[in-house]
Amino acid sequence: MTVSPKKTRAASKYRVVGTSPVKVDGPALVTGRAVFVDDVEPDGLLHAAVLRSPHAHARIKKIDASAAEALPGVKAVLTHKDVPRNIFTTAGQNYPEPSPYDSFVIDRKARFVGDVVAAVAAETEKIARQAVGLIKVEYEVLPPVLDPRLAQKKGAPVIHDEKEARVVLPIDYRPKQNLAGHVDVVIGDLNKAWRTADSVIEGEYSTPYASHCAIEPHITLSLLDPAGRLVIYASTQVPFHARRIVANALNLPVSRVRVIKLRTGGGFGGKQEVLIEQLCAALTLKTGRPVQLFFTREEVFTSSRTRHPQIINLKTGVKKNGNVTGIDLRILMNTGAYGAHALTVVSNSGSKILPLYRCDNIKFWADSVYTNLPVGGAYRGYGATQSSFAVGVQMDEQAHAIGMDPLKFHQRNHIREGETSPIFAALGEGTEGVEQSIGSSGLAECIKRGAKEIGWKSKRGRRGSGPVKRGVGMVILMQGSSIPYIDMAGATIKLNEDGSFNLMVGATDIGTGSDTILAQIAAEVLGVKTGDFIVYSSDTDLTPFDVGAYASSTTYLTGMAVLTAAEKVKGQILEVASEMLNKPVSSLELAGKKVSPRGKGAGKSVTLAEIANYSLYVKNQKQIIASASRTSEKSPPPFAAHFAEVEVDTRTGRIKVVKYVAAVDCGQPINTQQAEGQTEGAVVNGIGMSLFEEFRFSSTGKLLNSNFGFYKIPSARDLPELKTILVVTDEPTGPFGAKSVSEISINGPMPAISNAVFDAVGIRLRHAPFTPEKVLRALREKRG
Amino acid sequence: MNKTISIEINGKSSSFSVAPDEMLLDLLRRSGYRGAKVGCREGFCGACTVLLDGRPVNSCLIFAARADGRKITTIEGLGDPNNLHPIQDAFLKAGAVQCGYCIPGAVLSTKALLDRVPDPDEAVIKRALDGNLCRCTGYKKQIEAVKLAARKLKGKKK
Repeated sequence: MTVSPKKTRAASKYRVVGTSPVKVDGPALVTGRAVFVDDVEPDGLLHAAVLRSPHAHARIKKIDASAAEALPGVKAVLTHKDVPRNIFTTAGQNYPEPSPYDSFVIDRKARFVGDVVAAVAAETEKIARQAVGLIKVEYEVLPPVLDPRLAQKKGAPVIHDEKEARVVLPIDYRPKQNLAGHVDVVIGDLNKAWRTADSVIEGEYSTPYASHCAIEPHITLSLLDPAGRLVIYASTQVPFHARRIVANALNLPVSRVRVIKLRTGGGFGGKQEVLIEQLCAALTLKTGRPVQLFFTREEVFTSSRTRHPQIINLKTGVKKNGNVTGIDLRILMNTGAYGAHALTVVSNSGSKILPLYRCDNIKFWADSVYTNLPVGGAYRGYGATQSSFAVGVQMDEQAHAIGMDPLKFHQRNHIREGETSPIFAALGEGTEGVEQSIGSSGLAECIKRGAKEIGWKSKRGRRGSGPVKRGVGMVILMQGSSIPYIDMAGATIKLNEDGSFNLMVGATDIGTGSDTILAQIAAEVLGVKTGDFIVYSSDTDLTPFDVGAYASSTTYLTGMAVLTAAEKVKGQILEVASEMLNKPVSSLELAGKKVSPRGKGAGKSVTLAEIANYSLYVKNQKQIIASASRTSEKSPPPFAAHFAEVEVDTRTGRIKVVKYVAAVDCGQPINTQQAEGQTEGAVVNGIGMSLFEEFRFSSTGKLLNSNFGFYKIPSARDLPELKTILVVTDEPTGPFGAKSVSEISINGPMPAISNAVFDAVGIRLRHAPFTPEKVLRALREKRG
Repeated sequence: MNKTISIEINGKSSSFSVAPDEMLLDLLRRSGYRGAKVGCREGFCGACTVLLDGRPVNSCLIFAARADGRKITTIEGLGDPNNLHPIQDAFLKAGAVQCGYCIPGAVLSTKALLDRVPDPDEAVIKRALDGNLCRCTGYKKQIEAVKLAARKLKGKKK
């Protein structure tokens, strides 16, 4: 349902939802007191270091760790000979995972420059690094696959030739052909689509490797508790998946593993990977001592996870009236040396863009291939980022081809409330998808308000006369909210004797604000303030299960679990109050930290503290507490329209983003300020990807720019005038009408900026990032 | 060979025994000033920012011995959770904190700025925060936080 802006402003139908209380974890964070993994230093802590492969593809023939082991201070050296040979996927996804099982704690083979060869635990980090240098390895260097286009060629080196490589879901996996995943879908008749089109455009687009660059590098601390259980302090988006994957990798029962998520210094998908926990834990099991494994920034770049690069071939047909007759989207995705999220990211490249345009004839075809390059993974936007670029640019090309204002073109073509797309049912996460129709959309409003804010009418097509040209461009976007019938979230709420509550969730606040947002949802139900909740997230011993922070699911899905748990607790509170007041539950209401009989002067009320004390100490004693868990039946898309205004210096090729407008429909924002913050962070990350972020490799597959000096991310000075517009809608299935917000806006900058550059100087940038070199080359080509 | 040095940290003088190659960041963290964070150890990200004689520095790039006889302010020297410094309060109110890992550094850079320039314009603020990388917020609300903090501090002085 769309809520008109006027109505929204008038309707403060919520007391807490839609306001912006200070983050519940804010005071600890802003004073530097919050505890991140690196801030935990148990007695006897050892430090780990990892020996990494200098070769893109090599078999380990011989490995001699004796000199390393002999170094004073070294407590353990692990090679492939010292760890269980259990195959698993590092992708922190629901079990059974849609990613291939192709990883070991340490393998006999190295598959990219930076792959794990051995690990050391020592009294200091310095000794550990010194010991790493003393490990002698004899490699049989194998020919590498460094170009995804060559991965499936006959005779190409087979990267996963281990006999254990397998999938645990019925997905198309052909390791002998370096194929980590394949998906294709045809709907309607493409031949007819091209026949009936007035304009058919075909083009190739590409996006590079990119790093998440959470400011806290990957880190883990493991130790054995007094009972001999393995305890892992993790900086993770997925504590419960981490517990399962570590237990499986190290032959431990799940009951012997406890994962505690401390404050996590950013994730963006990079910490949806169980990448270092098993290695660190293996060192603890070997030494019996606490071990910290803390990636260097270089290791984060080379050896954690990345955004999967894609080569996209796109063909579309459009009629003169603007109708889209057909979309043929073909993607070759490079998953790197391991297949983490190999199938699901590329599936999302289809499922999170194709439903956006009304179109009867759609073909989607995607291969995800292994190469001997760094490993792809989940990254905010999750495939939609790459395909939204290609589709967003080509739709602009089409509008230009038929002489229609892109604004009008998008206004007439986007999916509406109540409509569906066959793509929803056809494309899921390693399985078929789930049919759904759009329950809420503010996209039309996003386009309208975004266009007004950027000044579309007055700025479009006015380049200016000097060497620096100006232009504006736009794009429309969608994402999802959770993975239907797969994701699950739980929450527990407990009343304390002063009327405060504990809220325990498995959901992981990694900076996303979920601790606060979930408390707001509970506060709304229970008639209290956000600050009345002591939020604890997340600990596999103490909090209910939650899949974790990914797939834009927490606000939507965990939010519903919290809402349900809060309603149960409210029921218990009213029952106790009914006993205390000797009045039927139906005559009572809970508000302002007390339960009162409905109606003015209806009699005496009892406070939450009195209710809690009564139930804990006085009569019919019990703990007021409830848990709830939820799955979703839908993945309601948030929608957005983004607008960029750029300056292109035709002498230097430099693009400057002058103004950026992100108009987003995330349903009802639970915390307005945090929803804006998610949008702003995503946009600025997207601007970095548009203009300068990309991995550069040597001819042997070594990453050349593995630090912030050579891999630039936006700093404060790169910020354009940035305007976020939250268009409020009411998603019928969401908690208080909420949908997701965290991912969608990273998909906008690449296409919006490319389209703005076209408006400014008439060149099409189809390969990100849009470096000055590429811009100058395109300008030269255009001049002829 | 270790050397004994003396540093005034957050107004309190202490002596420390430091190795010649020990970095200020490591000395601070092992001495309990854990608000200085490890983000890159290469002087790029600014998560380890502290104030050395009032100027923001990357403590990962400075040998601990170089702080001998000098004054350091860490995030622990500003407010605490029950008694926030106006800059910290402004960062929270403006919604400038997401994961919080870069925040101690950004708050200290802000303090250094506002101590020198009580009423900075946006360009000056951007320059002051330029060395504190943040991947979460997109900086917009951090810049707003600095403006809000400037207003708060000015109000206090009156």
